[in-house]
Amino acid sequence: MRVIDLTHYISGPYCTKLLADYGADVIKIERPDGGDPARRLGPFYHDEPNLEGSGTFLHLNTNKRSVTLNLKTEAGRKALLALVRDADILVESFSPHVMPSLGLDYATLAAVNPRLVMTSISNFGQTGPYRDYEMAEVTLYAWGGTMISTGTADREPLKLGLTVEQVYAGMVCATATMGAFLDAAATGEGQHVDLSLQEIIVGNQDRAVQGHMIYQYTGGAQGFAARAGAGSPGRNLLPAGVYPTADGYVQFFTLQPHWERICRMIERPDLVEDEHFTAPENFSGNAEVKAEFDAILLEWLLQRTKREVMEASQAVGYPCGALNTMADVFDDPHLAARGFFAQVDHPYTGTLTYPGPQFRMSETPWRAGRAPLLGEHTREVLHELGYDDEDVTVLRQQGAI
Amino acid sequence: MPRRPLEGLRVIDMTVVWAGPFGSALLGDMGAEVIRVESLQHWDLNTRGQFFPLETMQKTTGDVDPDAKPWDLSANHNSVGRNKRSVTIDLTRPEGREVFYRLAEKSDIFIENNPTDVIRKLCVGYEILSQRNPRLIMLSMPAFGTTGPYESFRAFGANMEAVVGHTLLRGYPDSDATNNTGVFLADAAGGATGAFALLAALHYRNRTGKGQFIDMSQAENVTHTLSQAFMDYSMNRRVQTTLGNRDPARAPQGVYRCTGEDNWIALSCGSDAEFRGLCNVMGRPELATDERFADGLSRHDNQDALDPEISAWSVGQDYYEAFHALQAVGVACSPVLNSAAVFADAQLQERGVWQRLKHPKAGTHWYLGPIIGHMSKTPLKIWKYASTLGEDNEYVYKEVCGYTDEEYQRFVETQHAGTEIIAKAKAPAAPR
Repeated sequence: MRVIDLTHYISGPYCTKLLADYGADVIKIERPDGGDPARRLGPFYHDEPNLEGSGTFLHLNTNKRSVTLNLKTEAGRKALLALVRDADILVESFSPHVMPSLGLDYATLAAVNPRLVMTSISNFGQTGPYRDYEMAEVTLYAWGGTMISTGTADREPLKLGLTVEQVYAGMVCATATMGAFLDAAATGEGQHVDLSLQEIIVGNQDRAVQGHMIYQYTGGAQGFAARAGAGSPGRNLLPAGVYPTADGYVQFFTLQPHWERICRMIERPDLVEDEHFTAPENFSGNAEVKAEFDAILLEWLLQRTKREVMEASQAVGYPCGALNTMADVFDDPHLAARGFFAQVDHPYTGTLTYPGPQFRMSETPWRAGRAPLLGEHTREVLHELGYDDEDVTVLRQQGAI
Repeated sequence: MPRRPLEGLRVIDMTVVWAGPFGSALLGDMGAEVIRVESLQHWDLNTRGQFFPLETMQKTTGDVDPDAKPWDLSANHNSVGRNKRSVTIDLTRPEGREVFYRLAEKSDIFIENNPTDVIRKLCVGYEILSQRNPRLIMLSMPAFGTTGPYESFRAFGANMEAVVGHTLLRGYPDSDATNNTGVFLADAAGGATGAFALLAALHYRNRTGKGQFIDMSQAENVTHTLSQAFMDYSMNRRVQTTLGNRDPARAPQGVYRCTGEDNWIALSCGSDAEFRGLCNVMGRPELATDERFADGLSRHDNQDALDPEISAWSVGQDYYEAFHALQAVGVACSPVLNSAAVFADAQLQERGVWQRLKHPKAGTHWYLGPIIGHMSKTPLKIWKYASTLGEDNEYVYKEVCGYTDEEYQRFVETQHAGTEIIAKAKAPAAPR
């Protein structure tokens, strides 16, 4: 599978990373003057800004080839159309007006290659009143109906960490692209897939869709939940939320009636049948009894490490996870046992640890490759298209590569 | 019916809670025949839960069925269960397992996200199924994968994200982690990537004829969303912590109160020009030349001084008007919406993402259509409402698995095939 990658920053590159990690030949087209702007985003290797040292870029562009092309030159545009002729997929993440203004709208590309699947990833889609509006991670999350329920009631709503929603959107885009690709493979006819980050976040299975359906079914405008008080505690004695331990925190969460399990975890089997706690009026919605049980629970938690608590909780089948720092993650015995950490060599950074396979296929393993240097494969790819050394020199003189 | 990308593909769906059902929904949206295998003996409140009393439902629709059973009124299931059929089989009995094996022979894909020991106990693992159908592609996506010390750990998205580091990377910077809201990004990410994995395996099978097994850890998958923090530790051994609503490369960035109850805008400036635009819209052009805010680095360092200036302006603004005014000068801004406002949003309405649908039990409502629906040659939609429990029993037992009328009757009598859950429902701990 050959993919022409005209994406930049986060969502588009993660979409094509998924394709590249599992074997597609992804040719990343970058502008000659500095390439993908994500190359300028930190964190940097040893904190020194360098186009080849951005951790964000290095992670999101593994296994791709980099070709620099100035699409505003006629020669650059011609080279791109030559690439499109033999490609299966083109993914782009420009503002909706850019591809048409470059003379690279879907109709033009389809005339060159009717089998081509063109995926356009944009902030709000290719149509509609917000078509040309801007987006950032914090504003993206605000659309879903979920930011309003993230945080505490007395304070401002909160985004999630880093750029997690943009990476998530990239996953959805990869799935849509594969679906359209399989359709093109079966019918011989490609198509244009118009993906909107706003719609992906509004349809997010993390509370957004559930909230919209609660609104449709009940008329409750809030959707999923209001921003809660501290810890989003369950409405009953069962621990749900973040709790302290001797060396950090754990996250409990369950929807099941696991009272007996939690009593066993804290080594208090006597509480399982204790009506002081289990009588319905005490078990749910009784702040006094809850405080009493929380005190017992806390005493037990504070004598153990977060990892000990997670293991004890899991031993009784009560869902729990330790709140790990990234240092803890790198030391996690489970991830290590599964060989999740990939060692990837790179000419600028040397060998570094990267997140490993998103999933493991019994027949077709994941590839631990590296991100390309800016323009590393320009000559190689142009040669594949039939350009000779002299042609390449001319293109360089024209400022096309 | 127009052409659909995955027409002719049959998927067995034994997914639970949020993550797996989202993965199979993406396949159903693209036209695959997704058959949910469910059970009369087990009421899965994590999946077919989140239902409301009839009186509540009647406030939103005139045609809810008064005899409807709660498992057919699940808000979550009736949304993510779109484009899926439902069959009931008791897999704990050998004749039930045989039905399942026959179904596996006639299917292309099996997707599930149960704890590993559950699949083992029910004897529906890949080693067994691939003997009946070597072309079958099976995806198991439990919380932590099918191997390793945590293979049987029970975890929801919030638990997994804690373990891979997300929970400590979000939250108010000046507040304790116990204030962190439970979020379930791992579910959404797991479903999306799971569907991708299956389509990749399908591409491989189209070329080689071979099925395969896919082992996916939802926790490992969601680790990829933590790119910057993961790589910073890898490169510099720096442990990142939460930045709240801030961004290391953009300033100002934050969420600011507007008029009305709990109305806010989120905004983010990525350049001097955008900041000038913000200052002009606020009627405070002098802030753009204030040396504390003159360039990106200064703005980043002095953001705490800028926040009250922005809030002083925003608190008198309507959130949608402020959004349009800032976007008009190129500033990334959005209103912070609740679900009612999401439904009313002009862009989403214009793009036609909502679809009005009659569910035979829940009545007529608006549903969110497929989020990958805008395909020029194969536009997607909700082809069919989420099947009620066991709605497709006859089709699956007789047409797909080839059982006779008499045999099917026997499965009904022995409480494999049915539409009413027999199991006593355990009261949900935290009903929502």
